Amino acid sequence: MARVVVNVPASAKRGEVIEIRTLAGHAMETGFRRTQTGELIPRDIITLLVCTYNGVEVFRAELHPAMAANPLISFTTVATESGTLEFKWTGDNGYAATQSASITVV
Amino acid sequence: MSPETRAMQDDEATGPAVFWLLDGEALWKRKEGPAGAACASCHGAGSMKGVAVRYPKIASGRVVNLEQQINVCRTERQKAPPWAYESRELLAVTAYVARESRGMPIRIEWNEATAPFLKAGREAFNRRQGQLNLSCAQCHDDNWGKRLAGSVIPQAHPTGYPIYRLEWEALGSLERRLRNCMVGVRAEPTTYGAQELVELELFLMWRARGMRLETPAVRP
Repeated sequence: MARVVVNVPASAKRGEVIEIRTLAGHAMETGFRRTQTGELIPRDIITLLVCTYNGVEVFRAELHPAMAANPLISFTTVATESGTLEFKWTGDNGYAATQSASITVV
Repeated sequence: MSPETRAMQDDEATGPAVFWLLDGEALWKRKEGPAGAACASCHGAGSMKGVAVRYPKIASGRVVNLEQQINVCRTERQKAPPWAYESRELLAVTAYVARESRGMPIRIEWNEATAPFLKAGREAFNRRQGQLNLSCAQCHDDNWGKRLAGSVIPQAHPTGYPIYRLEWEALGSLERRLRNCMVGVRAEPTTYGAQELVELELFLMWRARGMRLETPAVRP
């Protein structure tokens, strides 16, 4: 079942600033909460999102506790050339997710 | 509803409910149970348009909400075990079905068949309950628009269920929301699927008749 979604414009003009939106389905358990019997619920969050554009890193975000579940991260970059944007999320307990999107620059 | 919440709701591609919609679509097409039938085997593309705005419905002397109807289909047609209330699967399929009716006006009629259930629902809406001895109407009819602990009291129109509630960080049904309110007035919350609760749902949907369905809505 789907766990990450990205929204990248299918095409853009060269030099145009494009908005990229990413959404990851994740509980983002802070590590500060306790169960009803008082035991600490271990931390389980996404810690890093990296976006590369034709192999060049254009965006990187470190995530921390106290970010909401299912984090939506949006950012902008400049459309330089046609190609692929690769997204990689990594996190606690070996969490890893990847997604890619292609863009045509005219 | 704040502009930020509205923006999340209107963001169809990356709104927080998108995972449930995608799961719902997958489950809709998946064959289940010994009958080897998927929802899509009987219900063709687009056949669910306008269905959600007519629920809860009256069927063989009972009120049935959309979740319950999905489980009726599961047990009777697919011969599969029903999904639990608030399970990810049930919420996903409900949201997927209701999404088809997004933007359509809610159509619950007050007629001979629905009247007894609507009356019971209205009575529940006006009944004081819990240690705080409050009825739904005292907040949502008499004091809407004022603030309760910093939040605006809404008019209680269930136009977008199942909703993604920021407090839950997940999708949830109208029944879950109603039970929240019951706990809020320190009453014993009604069990999921109880007729009383579905009658209240029916009354609320009738009260919101004509308003457009927003499923899946985002609420604080």
